Amino acid sequence: MTERSLPADGASLEAPSAGRGRVSSGFGRYLFKHVSGAAVSLLLVLFSSFFIFRLIAGDPIDQLTKERPVSAEQRAAMRAELGLDRPLWQQFWDYIAGTLTMDLGESFQYRRPIFDLIVERLPATLLLSGTGMVLAVLLGFWIGTRSGWKQGSRFDKGHVATGLVLYSAPTFWLGMIVILIFARYLGLFPVNGMRSPSTPPDFWSQAVDIGHHLVLPVLTYTAVVYAGYLMIMRSSILDELGSDYLTTARAKGLRDDEVRQRHAVPNALLPTVTLVFLALGSVVNGSIVTETVFSWPGLGTLFVNSIFYPDRPVLQALFVLFSSSTILAVLCAEILYWFIDPRIRRS
Amino acid sequence: MTLLEFKDLHVTYRGSRGRLPAVRGVDLRVDAGETLGIAGESGCGKSTLAMAVLRLLPKSAEVSGEILLDGEDLLKMGWGRLRAVRWTGASIVFQGAMHSLNAVQRIGRQIAEPILVHEAKTTPAAAAKRAEALLERVGLPPSRARSFPHELSGGQRQRVMIAMALACDPDLIIADEATTALDVMVQAQVLRLISDLVTERGVGLVMISHDLSVLSAVCDRAAVMYAGRIVEEGPAHEVFAHARHPYSAALGAAFPVIGDPAARMNPGGLAGDPPDPARLPQGCSFRPRCAVAVERCGAESPELLEVGSARVSACFVAQEGMPVVL
Ligand SMILES: Nc1ncnc2c1ncn2[C@@H]1O[C@H](COP(=O)(O)OP(=O)(O)OP(=O)(O)O)[C@@H](O)[C@H]1O
Ligand SMILES: [Mg+2]
Repeated sequence: MTERSLPADGASLEAPSAGRGRVSSGFGRYLFKHVSGAAVSLLLVLFSSFFIFRLIAGDPIDQLTKERPVSAEQRAAMRAELGLDRPLWQQFWDYIAGTLTMDLGESFQYRRPIFDLIVERLPATLLLSGTGMVLAVLLGFWIGTRSGWKQGSRFDKGHVATGLVLYSAPTFWLGMIVILIFARYLGLFPVNGMRSPSTPPDFWSQAVDIGHHLVLPVLTYTAVVYAGYLMIMRSSILDELGSDYLTTARAKGLRDDEVRQRHAVPNALLPTVTLVFLALGSVVNGSIVTETVFSWPGLGTLFVNSIFYPDRPVLQALFVLFSSSTILAVLCAEILYWFIDPRIRRS
Repeated sequence: MTLLEFKDLHVTYRGSRGRLPAVRGVDLRVDAGETLGIAGESGCGKSTLAMAVLRLLPKSAEVSGEILLDGEDLLKMGWGRLRAVRWTGASIVFQGAMHSLNAVQRIGRQIAEPILVHEAKTTPAAAAKRAEALLERVGLPPSRARSFPHELSGGQRQRVMIAMALACDPDLIIADEATTALDVMVQAQVLRLISDLVTERGVGLVMISHDLSVLSAVCDRAAVMYAGRIVEEGPAHEVFAHARHPYSAALGAAFPVIGDPAARMNPGGLAGDPPDPARLPQGCSFRPRCAVAVERCGAESPELLEVGSARVSACFVAQEGMPVVL
């Protein structure tokens, strides 16, 4: 899944050398290795996004004019206005410098700075997929732990089957069903957007209204992704099941649930840390389909609109944003491993 | 006073390849303050026997017979009682200390854990203190309590396992190859520690090893196991010096006497393969590898019978009073 590698047991057999000094310089090296790795990945993302969207999006002027008759002079003027008449290397340089200084250019579609567009829509996305992701991870890990621990039980079979059905269901289809049941028939929740225009402007009314709108998208989103975390945690627990240290824990007289929570779960969680951070990193782009189904005013709908337009600068910026948040999340996971996995400090 | 007694213990593993009888009718007893050694080649069922005592075998294992600890049958105990007996009635020094410790927990906490489980009145701070004292007992600095298992050497980890086994002052300690992974110096140190404990506290000790020199140095009595059965039992030095079963004799011969050039040039060993527990021969299970087998051995399975003062052997030849080595 990542380039992280646990040291083999044999590699850490000899006794430790004393001294805190070596430990901290070890951390320095570890940090440098992973930060520089992440920096290289970020640069690659930056380079490739510039060229990919130039290759696949076609001539922006054609798209902007949309087959309306325009004269050659008008086209040239538009080109100059958008900065497309300058040599490629200069455009590339502007793009790199701009991205690094948070000046992401202007959207073709909205004729506004992309940075403003993103800042405007980011909170809605974070709210929806952040909430959904946290719920999915907690739910998936909770069920996965118990499923794996009692492998083959009715609890296990039932939850794995349910989870996989939801996991394999297309998001838009599941969203439609959720809308049908909870909005059409039961009339419990709104299905469009993030707030109703009629809500009074005070904080509490607004919060309740947003919460009300949030229920169905979050439900859909969680239902689709939690099974992934369930299966990961389940197999991670299964890997621990026959371990000798669990026999030791049982021999000491611990109850079954104490053996599970105190010994099996901490060991089983270790390999899932990267995954959880990957999930956090994908929070910004994690809910594209859900946002579209529920017309949620977040980055996902912005992304879909920009594809249809096609709004190349916006796509380019979102691509960089989505990729870099994943890269940074993985970097955080690597750094965290230093602190939670005592074995890494020895390698 | 009898501390631990196995009565006709059978353990059979059910697996994809059919049923595998790992322990086939073991009768053994250990008194308080006594050290019993169990020897036998790899796969003969020693660890299975040890794990059966605290009912730690996997679900695939069928266990029958009786295991009496202080007169109470462990196989009939309810879960609550069993949990109370675990680690206070008997504790185990597990084979393979690397994997028997939790890799992501500091060892001090792992040693203190059973104390907190079994003694409701002990505070975590007091338990941590006792864990440090236990580490000192096994010759490790108390500061080691803050280490993780991978920060210790193999010998140090083994001593941590011993410290852990002592945590709740059990009446019986089962040491499964507790010293096998150690170099000779550390091994001697650990063995001394273990025998001191037996004399000091009067605990019963079951010592499992395939190293006969270790067993004859530490144990009062020794039992030799072959293919899931006890084939010979008696005073430890007697069993290894004057075997009354051809298998014990072969085991003893496999360890050359240091300084004896003849033994060096001609290491005793055992012809033939170790028995496959899934397909044991008819009659005596040792017969295919036995040099002194007689006709009867192929037809009947020998029982453990008295062959001298306080000695039993499951060999027809020995039972007739004949020598078991050519
Ligand atoms: N969980 C298990 N499932 C199936 N068979 C098992 C299991 N554990 C042990 N066995 C089998 O039972 C037999 C006895 O194994 P056991 O571990 O008791 O041997 P041992 O005498 O301790 O050997 P060693 O000296 O190598 O530790 C072996 O044939 C082994 O393959
Ligand atoms: Mg064993």
